[in-house]
Amino acid sequence: MSEIILSVKDLQVNYGGIEAVKGISFDVPKGEIVTLIGANGAGKSTTLKSVVGLVKPKSGSIQFNRKELIGMDTTAIVSKGITLVPEGRRVFPDLTVLENIKIGAYLRNDDLSGDIAWVYDLFPRLKEREWQLAGTLSGGEQQMLAVARALMSRPKVIMMDEPSLGLAPLIVKGIFDIIKEINKQGVTVLLIEQNANMALKIADYAYVLETGRITLSGSGAELLSNDEVKKAYLGK
Amino acid sequence: MEALLPYIINGISAGGQYALIAIGYTMVYGILRLINFAHGDVFMVAGLIMVYTTTSMPLYISIPIVLVCTVVLGFVIERVAYKPLRSAPRMSLMISAIGVSYLIQNLAFYITGGLPKPVLNPIPWVSDTITIFGALTKRVTLITPILTLVLVFVLVYLIKNTKIGMGMRAASKDFETAQLMGVKINSVISFTFIVGSFLAAVGSILYFTNYPSVAITSGSLPGLRAFIAAVFGGIGSIPGAVVGAFIIGLCEELIKGLGYSTFSDAFTFALLIVVLCVKPTGLFGEKVTDKV
Repeated sequence: MSEIILSVKDLQVNYGGIEAVKGISFDVPKGEIVTLIGANGAGKSTTLKSVVGLVKPKSGSIQFNRKELIGMDTTAIVSKGITLVPEGRRVFPDLTVLENIKIGAYLRNDDLSGDIAWVYDLFPRLKEREWQLAGTLSGGEQQMLAVARALMSRPKVIMMDEPSLGLAPLIVKGIFDIIKEINKQGVTVLLIEQNANMALKIADYAYVLETGRITLSGSGAELLSNDEVKKAYLGK
Repeated sequence: MEALLPYIINGISAGGQYALIAIGYTMVYGILRLINFAHGDVFMVAGLIMVYTTTSMPLYISIPIVLVCTVVLGFVIERVAYKPLRSAPRMSLMISAIGVSYLIQNLAFYITGGLPKPVLNPIPWVSDTITIFGALTKRVTLITPILTLVLVFVLVYLIKNTKIGMGMRAASKDFETAQLMGVKINSVISFTFIVGSFLAAVGSILYFTNYPSVAITSGSLPGLRAFIAAVFGGIGSIPGAVVGAFIIGLCEELIKGLGYSTFSDAFTFALLIVVLCVKPTGLFGEKVTDKV
């Protein structure tokens, strides 16, 4: 296993009055795709929000390149090279596609033209719709935009919260192809998904999260053939 | 028509003054979803500072002092009274705003001794009398709407074309995601208060130049009218606030011109009730983007 870029230890988070995450630990090795799968309410989103500082954990540690992130504010964490593509895309509806892409680089002061060309290359559809308001895009296009926007901060780790949510199967396949492509270009991916089948197929390593605890872990292929996982998440 | 002309001119001018205050209400609402009740009092404080400074200093010092002090006041109010309540329920924020409003009025009472401060040295040149189409008026009446429009265009340009403007537009839709992009929410909010207070200070200078005195409650009525203008135009929308302010200013003066001075404020408040009942989002209220 290569060097660990993101490491979560004994993370406990209370969210909305309940103990959403009850002491989980997991590692994300550099350059890999790691996925957390689990049902609704298992604590997946809360975990990601804790990593970027949008939620304050009760205890535990989150280390990025061996530096503690807990206690830092979101801006500082993002500027270190971690980004989150939030659940439900959350593109800015009143900003144009291009503005949405530019705001992803809000913390950078250098020339963006190269990176804009890069994300347009990944998502040619966005180039066609450059001047359109993001609120007028289809769900799949908004998801592409959310990913493109996240990439503009030049992240070392990109975390994605349910990128397949509410999208047609063909679009989902496209999104997952892009995730693989981004990973190939050297970005570490931490993916959380209810669509366990798709997620496990592209993941190097996977964790199963159930009501705030990690119950299983293994390589994507291992979990795909695990009987419990098959029964609970793959519907087989 | 001839007889109404001075009223129309005054109405446009009043509209400009209300617009400068209304932008502060509407911008703060747009980003914090807060009706900043203290805004009218910030406007009044700017007037008081003007009275105090213009009597003892030349204009090129006193006017900048008015602008800077008002901006600092707006900034400090946000930091002290609103920022600690960022994650509190909105009602707490509103109550804090009402508290700030009374605090400022009482401090002003303490400083002025409760007596209205006469505007002794109104700004020369701008308060000279001029004739427009045969109607006698002060030069400030002509300057106000022009200056207002210039400032509004600059502001809209900044919001459309600068990075912090983009951050403002993003934060007004979605705090959390804006933070993920690296937008510093607190800086954006401070900036909003700074711009709002600056425009209120400009409005205050124009307003009180044309007015005999500044009392501690002088901010309430213009503040309320500007607030109604902001609601009428669609709170959260800058063009809405400006259009609303000009309409309200014009209507008030026209009603006075027709001989119903007593009812001019009643009209404004009646308009508020009608707008809230018929079209609560106002003229340019937040629209839902449709899919194409």
